[in-house]
Amino acid sequence: MMRVEVLFFGKLSEIAGASLVIDNIKTTDQLLEQLRLQFPSLAAEKYIVAVDKKTITENTTLSENCTVALLPPFSGG
Amino acid sequence: MNNDRLYERYQRQLILQGFGAEGQQKLLSASVLVIGTGGLGCPVLQYLVAAGVGSIGIVDDDVVALSNLHRQVLYNVQMIGRPKADCALEVLQQLNPQTRFSIYNERLTNKNAVNILSSYDLVIDGSDNFATRYLVNDACVLLNKPLVYGAISQYEGQVAVFNMLQNNERSANYRDLFPYPPKEAEVLNCAEAGVLGVLPGIIGSMMANETIKLITGTGKLLMNRLLTYNTLNNQTYELEITAGAETRSLIPATEDELLQTDYEFLCSSATVVNEIDTNTFNTIIAEGTAAIVDVREKDEQPVVTAFNHIQMPLKSLKQHASWLTEETIVVFCLSGKRSAQAAKQLTELFGASKKIYSLKGGIQQWMLEQKQTV
Repeated sequence: MMRVEVLFFGKLSEIAGASLVIDNIKTTDQLLEQLRLQFPSLAAEKYIVAVDKKTITENTTLSENCTVALLPPFSGG
Repeated sequence: MNNDRLYERYQRQLILQGFGAEGQQKLLSASVLVIGTGGLGCPVLQYLVAAGVGSIGIVDDDVVALSNLHRQVLYNVQMIGRPKADCALEVLQQLNPQTRFSIYNERLTNKNAVNILSSYDLVIDGSDNFATRYLVNDACVLLNKPLVYGAISQYEGQVAVFNMLQNNERSANYRDLFPYPPKEAEVLNCAEAGVLGVLPGIIGSMMANETIKLITGTGKLLMNRLLTYNTLNNQTYELEITAGAETRSLIPATEDELLQTDYEFLCSSATVVNEIDTNTFNTIIAEGTAAIVDVREKDEQPVVTAFNHIQMPLKSLKQHASWLTEETIVVFCLSGKRSAQAAKQLTELFGASKKIYSLKGGIQQWMLEQKQTV
């Protein structure tokens, strides 16, 4: 069974916790859809997505035990 | 200062392997522009001045406030109300009288950016808003300046070195990470979200470290990488960033294009729209003292009869706004989009003299929720 770890940064971790493990997800689009169902307030947030520490801009196939990170921009100084 | 005193001042770093007199000479000849003397700018400046960076520019248009002091460690209570750049200068001059300072008591804009940035070898972004961050990034790409970036929120920080020249190509920049500016209201700032005082101390020190490495050519820079640090669990996370040709098209290619890019508008940082939900909306209606304004065109459906309101289509809102004498104004439309624009216009017009709200989700959402509660 495919297992994927998801990391949440900044304000996103207030919504979804710092991390969680999701099973049976094949692509980043599927993953994001499931996360939005599980955490509706994610829909209002801005973030970029990285798979195994590389930023992605389009739907990406996930592999066993990979890590997906959701990172919001910070403006504070 | 004679050479003996110079040697004594910098002795502890001079004796470092891979640093030496050569590294010190590079620091003494370097010129660095620090944008923002807040939580990040304070430690950045302290360490760069202490390390012997020869020439430093400081840009900040803000004044010291009491709520700054838990993290902006250059300042003290006697400085409250005075310009930050002036106060920073006083303290830093005493730390190292040999440093040459240039003070810019102004906000960095697309009009002064090219002029200010041009005089420096590299730029450090410690600003506190997206409009400035995108402007600084774009100006650095335009002018071929390396950019040391740091940003913080609550318990977490981000650090990176952008736009370095390597093999005749520029490394990734902020737009390769976050291509489009978010609206300021979409992301929390320090005032709304809070920030742990020591966090900018850590992230600012990392920025100073990257800057010193960059100038002296020591170590490995956070180039094409973003480092995030979490103070709560001490976890770091490093992200690979790739410089993309497509992000180049988002950055002004000439000074004229930069002048025509309205960064404040892109981030809408000037005005934040206050949106209210159905419950708050109903409470305000029940109180009966606020002006409730429908900003849709005259014949739009559904027609609202459930509460008293006036009609002022968005197009002519500015012309008629002076009729609104009430202290509180609530605007609505069908979906909440036009009313958000209306609230923005009214806020710009009236400033803090009135409370201005927009009904979130519009009359559509309101009617839906009314049905559910009946």
